[in-house]
Amino acid sequence: MSAATLFNPTRQTRVLPGFGLSLGYTLVYLSLLVLIPLSAVFLKTATLGWSEFWAVVSAPRVVASYKLSFGASLLAAAINAVFGLMLAWALVRYTFPGKKLIDALVDLPFALPTAVAGIALTALYAGNGWVGSILEPLGLKVAFTPLGVLVALVFIGVPFVVRTVQPILEDLETELEEAAASLGAQRWQTFTRVILPILLPALLTGFALAFARAVGEYGSVIFIAGNIPMVSEITPLMIITKLEQYDYAGANAIAAVMLVFSFALLLVINLLQAWSAKRTGRNR
Amino acid sequence: MSIQVENIHKQFGAFTALNQVSLDFPTGELVALLGPSGCGKTTLLRVIAGLETADSGRVILEGEDASGTHVRERQVGFVFQHYALFRHMTVFENVAFGLRVKPRRERPNEAEIKKRVHRLLELVQLDWLADRFPAQLSGGQRQRIALARALAVEPRVLLLDEPFGALDAQVRKELRRWLRRLHDELHVTSIFVTHDQEEALEVADRVVLMNKGKVEQVGTPQQVYEHPATPFVYGFLGAVNLFHGRVDGEHVRVGEAVLPHDGRDAAHGVDVVGFARPHELDIVTDLGSSQGVEATVARVLAFGASVRVELDAIAGAEGQPRHYEVVLGRERLAELALTEGQRVRLVPSQLRVFPREAA
Repeated sequence: MSAATLFNPTRQTRVLPGFGLSLGYTLVYLSLLVLIPLSAVFLKTATLGWSEFWAVVSAPRVVASYKLSFGASLLAAAINAVFGLMLAWALVRYTFPGKKLIDALVDLPFALPTAVAGIALTALYAGNGWVGSILEPLGLKVAFTPLGVLVALVFIGVPFVVRTVQPILEDLETELEEAAASLGAQRWQTFTRVILPILLPALLTGFALAFARAVGEYGSVIFIAGNIPMVSEITPLMIITKLEQYDYAGANAIAAVMLVFSFALLLVINLLQAWSAKRTGRNR
Repeated sequence: MSIQVENIHKQFGAFTALNQVSLDFPTGELVALLGPSGCGKTTLLRVIAGLETADSGRVILEGEDASGTHVRERQVGFVFQHYALFRHMTVFENVAFGLRVKPRRERPNEAEIKKRVHRLLELVQLDWLADRFPAQLSGGQRQRIALARALAVEPRVLLLDEPFGALDAQVRKELRRWLRRLHDELHVTSIFVTHDQEEALEVADRVVLMNKGKVEQVGTPQQVYEHPATPFVYGFLGAVNLFHGRVDGEHVRVGEAVLPHDGRDAAHGVDVVGFARPHELDIVTDLGSSQGVEATVARVLAFGASVRVELDAIAGAEGQPRHYEVVLGRERLAELALTEGQRVRLVPSQLRVFPREAA
């Protein structure tokens, strides 16, 4: 037994070296790029007094924007979870002409400047647009309403669910479905009892990513939202508005609230995901 | 329940997986489908299960045509090579799956499910693992759970696709014996697919040998081993020595040498392939005789109950195999007192010949 193991009994030998280096690098990197800028948000916010802070973040217009931002983001992520799963399913399970093309199209919302997406969607859904001119006579106004915000958020969130679910679906052995069928399970029983539980962790990850992206989205939303106070203003817009009025502390205060909310929600989703992964017996 | 298949034909593109296969599986037997990979044995099993549809032909379960019946209505238990356990469910839930998905009026209540699952887990001797997840089990344990799961729905037939294929040798052997005992207890008609001839001969009541989408021979393990019907079966079941030659009356002429043969299927002057198992060859040290093929002793493997002697063919014997293998008793080896490099003659006590074109 060497002296090192004598004095340091908990020391484990690892196959790959560099634990210290990689952890150190991770911490420095995270600090420089994430933690320091974000803590600046809180420091700047702290220049406001408590009552001032409360007045800013609980102004009715701001509260209405929280509701829209978080509500629409959650709803958009949920819609994407359902339809993203269907899209991934179609891409993995079936062969059809133009499959490669559709596969590439899925990533387009990633690449498109969000303002372009916003303008395109607005043009489409406005009263004189292609889709809007069909929907509006039916009494369904999309552009310049909260519904328009939802449409934009669904658009930008599509790739997240598809890309997280797709690899898991590809790895899913068809034998599992055959086994379920040979045991007498109906198609929907096979889906809900066998396939969905296995996809759930990935689906939740996709949901979390789509949600996070939607909460922070600005460019594509502001065009289609119409930005009507108390109705279709999103929280990032409130922050920009404050900045344009040189109210840096106020902008930071709203940003801080958003950060805390988002962090809490993402934490919950991650915990859910860890729980479901554990239930599938993968993390033991 | 009896299973019959009639004229099953299955094509994958240009590849013929099953070529007009007709077979009869009587009630209560454990039958092995044996053959090299790509011979169509797994496809046949999947066609019987309903996981694959044949291009033509019929699958008859208990006298009824089941060709159009969906796998979930066929009441067959299927065990996959790679277990196909539901990894997000405990062992208990895996076994209970088939009971829980039953329509409400057929579904047993929770207490009954619990009772039946535990009885099955006891049957496979893994009751103590009920709360574990599949990932926490060894390969052998997983396959036993997969079997318990298949048995939970009280299948009329049990189909096993290379059930021990993914396991190591030790566990395979143990599970083989265990499967045989289980079958003797349950007597459910079972078919299992394997490419391991030892496994098939050891476990099954009957063996179906398949090659290139066709059935080569059906019989008890003893029948197929001792009386192979075709050159393929001879070559596939166990070690064998080959002799290429021409029939010359009572003998087969192999190069300069002559060998006695069993006299079947051998008209005078026909080119033949002769087969002899290692224990059907004798070594003669007297080089003067014209009987037997000459060879040199390469290695004597003198461990175990019988002795294996590896021999090299004499160079120049054209079209002949390069090596021979002989199994002898210990006394015979002592009598012969072989040394490595010694020249000897090999005389088959039994030589089964087939016309060359069939081989």
